[in-house]
Amino acid sequence: MSEELEEQVIICRCEDITLKEIRDLIRRGYHTIDEIKRASRAGMGQCQGRTCRHLIAQEIARMTGIPLEEVKMPTFRPPTRPVKLGVLAEAEE
Amino acid sequence: MSETADAVIIGGGINGLAVAYNLARLGLKHIKVFEKNYLASGATGRCGAGVRQQWGTEMNIRLARASIKKFEVMNEELGYYRDIEFKQKGYLILAYTERQLEQFKKNVALQRSLGVPVDLISPAEAQEIVPHLNTEGLLGATFCPEDGHVNPFNAVEAYALAARRLGVEIQTFTEVQGIQVERGRVTGVRTSRGDVQTPVVVNTAGGYSAEVAALAGVTIPTYSERHQILVTEPVEQMQGPMVISFYHGIYCQQTPHGSFIMGQGDPNEPRGHDLGHSWRFLEEVTRKVTQILPPLKGLRLVRQWSGSYNMTPDAQPIIGEAPEVKGFFMAVGFSGHGFMLAPMTGQLLAEKILGLPTSLPIDMLGLERFARGELIREPSVV
Repeated sequence: MSEELEEQVIICRCEDITLKEIRDLIRRGYHTIDEIKRASRAGMGQCQGRTCRHLIAQEIARMTGIPLEEVKMPTFRPPTRPVKLGVLAEAEE
Repeated sequence: MSETADAVIIGGGINGLAVAYNLARLGLKHIKVFEKNYLASGATGRCGAGVRQQWGTEMNIRLARASIKKFEVMNEELGYYRDIEFKQKGYLILAYTERQLEQFKKNVALQRSLGVPVDLISPAEAQEIVPHLNTEGLLGATFCPEDGHVNPFNAVEAYALAARRLGVEIQTFTEVQGIQVERGRVTGVRTSRGDVQTPVVVNTAGGYSAEVAALAGVTIPTYSERHQILVTEPVEQMQGPMVISFYHGIYCQQTPHGSFIMGQGDPNEPRGHDLGHSWRFLEEVTRKVTQILPPLKGLRLVRQWSGSYNMTPDAQPIIGEAPEVKGFFMAVGFSGHGFMLAPMTGQLLAEKILGLPTSLPIDMLGLERFARGELIREPSVV
C-alpha cells in the first residue's frame, strides 16, 4: 500500500490514528499493542480499543511474523462505557 | 549472550533511561539497560506526571527546580523528534486550614529565596486562575506558573532515543534475575537472555527496588503502595494549572490532550504489586474533586488504572552507592515524586557513578541515613 493510502486509512477512530502511524511505530520496533497505544494514543479513546486493537494486532502479526494469537491484548479496565463523574460522585452515600 | 559492560542499568523507566543517557553523555561506553517489560511500563507510565518545584525543603526545591529547567529544553537537548508535551501552566496548591496556610507561607518564603517564582494568593485570586474553582472553605493558595505536566511515555522515549544514539544498548522484555557480588563488589548480572560481566549495576527498578536490591544482597527499607488514577474524555482547554489539595488528598490536571486525570492519597490502598482497581476509588476521588471543581461533574470517565509509589520511611528517595556492595548504585524510593526529579536524578547519579563532583549535593539521600536516624522531613507531600 502506498504511503498516501496508508495515511488515509484510519485505524483508531476515537483518536484519529492512521495506518501509517501504526506501521511507522512497528517499524520503529514497537511490537506490542501496549507500546503502540502509549506512543500514539491508539486505544486510549472512548471505545478503549474495541475498534482498533484487533486491527493493530493484525498489523503487528503481519509485519513482525509474530503469530496473531501470541499478540497480547492490553489490560481490560472499567468502565465498559464512559460514565459521568457526577454520577460516580453521587453514588457514595 | 555472554558479554561485558561498563554499566548495567536495571529498570527502563524514567530514572533508568535518564541515568543511561547521562552516563553516555559523560563519556561512559558499553552501557546496557535491561527492562523486563516495555519501557515506561512500570511506575513511570502509570503516574500523574505532574511536575512542581513547590517543595518545603531546600534539597527538594533545588532538585525539582533544576529538573523543571531541564524539562523546558528537553526536546532540543535530547534531539527528540516528537514532543515531551510539557504543559507549563502552573500548580495551584490549595490551603483549607490555618496550619496549612502557615506552612505554605514558610514554603513560599523558602522557595522564593531559591529563585522559584511563586506567590501566596487569596481565594479570589485563585479563582481568577481557575475560574471554575469552588472557593467555599478555601483560606488561600500558592501558585507557581512554571510548574506543570509532562507526557511520561514521550519523556522516556526521548531519553531512550538519545541514549541509543550515544551507543547505549536497551533490551526490553529482558529480566535481570541475579546479581553477582564477589568480595563486596559487583561483578555481573544474570538476565533471562544471558550473563553480563560489569563492575557497575544501577538499581532503577521502581516498584521492584527492594527485590532487585536483594539480588545483590542489599536490604533497603522500601515498599510499593498502589495508587489509583482516572482519565476522562477530552474537552476544550478549561483548566491551566494542576490543582492540588493536601486537605482532600487529591490532585487534578487537564492534559494537553484535553482529558482530565486525577488521583488521591488513600491509606487503605494495598501495599505490594497489586495493580488492580476499585469502585471505591472512583466514588471517593470524584466526590472530592467535583466538590472543588464542580463543572467536572459533567465529564465522562473513560478509564481507571493504577501504579506504584515506591515508599521509604521518610518519603524521600535513596540515591547513591550501597555502602556494603561497591559498584551497586540506586535511585529508588521516590515515594510518588520520582518523575519530576528524574532529569536531575539522571545527571547526579551518573556524576556519582563516574566519581565526578555532583552538580547538587545528594549525600544526604544515601541509604545510610536510615541507620543513622537522619531522616529528611519534607512537609509538602501529597
